[in-house]
Amino acid sequence: MSMEPSYLAVVPAYNESITIVGVINALRECAPRFDVLVVDDGSTDDTAAMAALAHARVLQLPFNLGIGGAVQAGFVFAREHRYDYMAQVDADGQHEPGELERLVGAMNRSPAVDMVCGSRFLTQDHHYPAPVSRRTGIHVFAALLSRVVEGRVSDPTSGFRLYNRRAIELFARDYPHDYPEVEAILMLHNHRLRMREVPVKMYARGGGVSSISTGKSAYYMVKVLLALLVGLARRRPVVEPGDRAPVSAEPGV
Amino acid sequence: MGSRIQLVAILGSVVLLLAVLEMVRRRRLMERYALLWLLSGVVLLALASWPGALAGISHAIGIFYPPTALFVVAFGFVLLLLLHFSSAVSRLSDQTKVLAQRLALLEERVRRINEEPVEEDGAHMRLPVSPPDGERRRFARVSSD
Repeated sequence: MSMEPSYLAVVPAYNESITIVGVINALRECAPRFDVLVVDDGSTDDTAAMAALAHARVLQLPFNLGIGGAVQAGFVFAREHRYDYMAQVDADGQHEPGELERLVGAMNRSPAVDMVCGSRFLTQDHHYPAPVSRRTGIHVFAALLSRVVEGRVSDPTSGFRLYNRRAIELFARDYPHDYPEVEAILMLHNHRLRMREVPVKMYARGGGVSSISTGKSAYYMVKVLLALLVGLARRRPVVEPGDRAPVSAEPGV
Repeated sequence: MGSRIQLVAILGSVVLLLAVLEMVRRRRLMERYALLWLLSGVVLLALASWPGALAGISHAIGIFYPPTALFVVAFGFVLLLLLHFSSAVSRLSDQTKVLAQRLALLEERVRRINEEPVEEDGAHMRLPVSPPDGERRRFARVSSD
C-alpha cells in the first residue's frame, strides 16, 4: 500500500466534442497527479469517443441527467475507487487546469477544509466576461450564503472545486439535481463540513453552448433561491442509516 | 338538492369507482395509486346520495347552493391526487437517476475488464458491452429534449 494520496479530476461533458480533448490534454500536462474521468451526460455528438481517444476514463450516462446527476456519477466513481481527492473541472475550457495545483495546495495547508473552491472574484484583475444579469445572480447568492455559512463566499456558482474524502462521501450519497453548486455549499455547511475559496483565473468558454442560457437564468435564480430557502429549513438533507426513507430512492448510489 | 343533479352525481361517482376497480383488476393501476382514487370516489358517492350531509357542509362553509359543495370537495381531491403524482414523479426521477449512474459505472467496469489482456482460453469470458451505438444515440436524443 502506498501512502501517496490519489487524485481524480472529473470532467462533466454534454456535447463538448470540440473542447474535450484540449481539456484532457491540458489536465495531463499541467496536473499530472490527477487521473481524468470524463462523465458524458448523454451527449448526442461524439464527446465520449473523443474522450476515450484521448485516453481518459469515460462514464457514459444513458441519457441526459443534467449537471448535478453527471457530477454525482463522478462522486460515486471516486468513492468506489477510493480516491482521496476529487476535482471538478468544466469541459468547455473555462477552467485552467494549471490552477488545480493551487486548490491542492490550499487543501493540504488546511486539513480541516473539506472543499476548496476556485473563485474568480478574489483576484484584483478579474475581468470575467459574464452577462450583468448572471453576475447579479452570483452576487445575490454570495451575499445570502455569506450570512449563513461562516466566512465569506464570493463565487458560489463556481464549478472549479476540489473535494476530500468526507465531501466525496457526502455528495456521492446526495447531490442537488440541476444548478447544484450553490446548494452544495449549503449542504456542506449543514453537515458541518468546511470550505474555503482560493483566487483563480477563468476564461470565457472555448466553444459549445453554456448550460445556462440567458432565457434560463430567471429560472436558475428562482430555482436556486427556492433550494436555498428550503435547504435552510432542512438541517440534515441526507438520511442517516436508521432514518425513515426520504423521497429519494435510497440515499445515493 | 334537485333530484336530477343528484342522479348525475351518483352516476358519475359510481362510474368513477367502477372504472378504478376495473383498472386495478386488469393491473392497469397499482393498488397504492388506486387507494386515493377509491377514497375520493367513495366520499363523492356518499355526499351525492346523502343530501343532508352535503347541505350541512355547504352551510358550514357558507355555500348557498349545496351541489357546489360537491364540486369543492371533488376539487380538493383533484389537488390531493396531483400532489400525490408529483411526489411519485419526483421519486421515480430520482430512482431513474440512480439507475443511470449505476449503469454508467457498470459499463465502464465491463469495458475495463474487456480491455485487459485475456489468456487464450479466457476469450469466452468477455462480457457484452453497451448496446450498439445507433441505439444509444436514438435513445439519448429522444430523452434529452
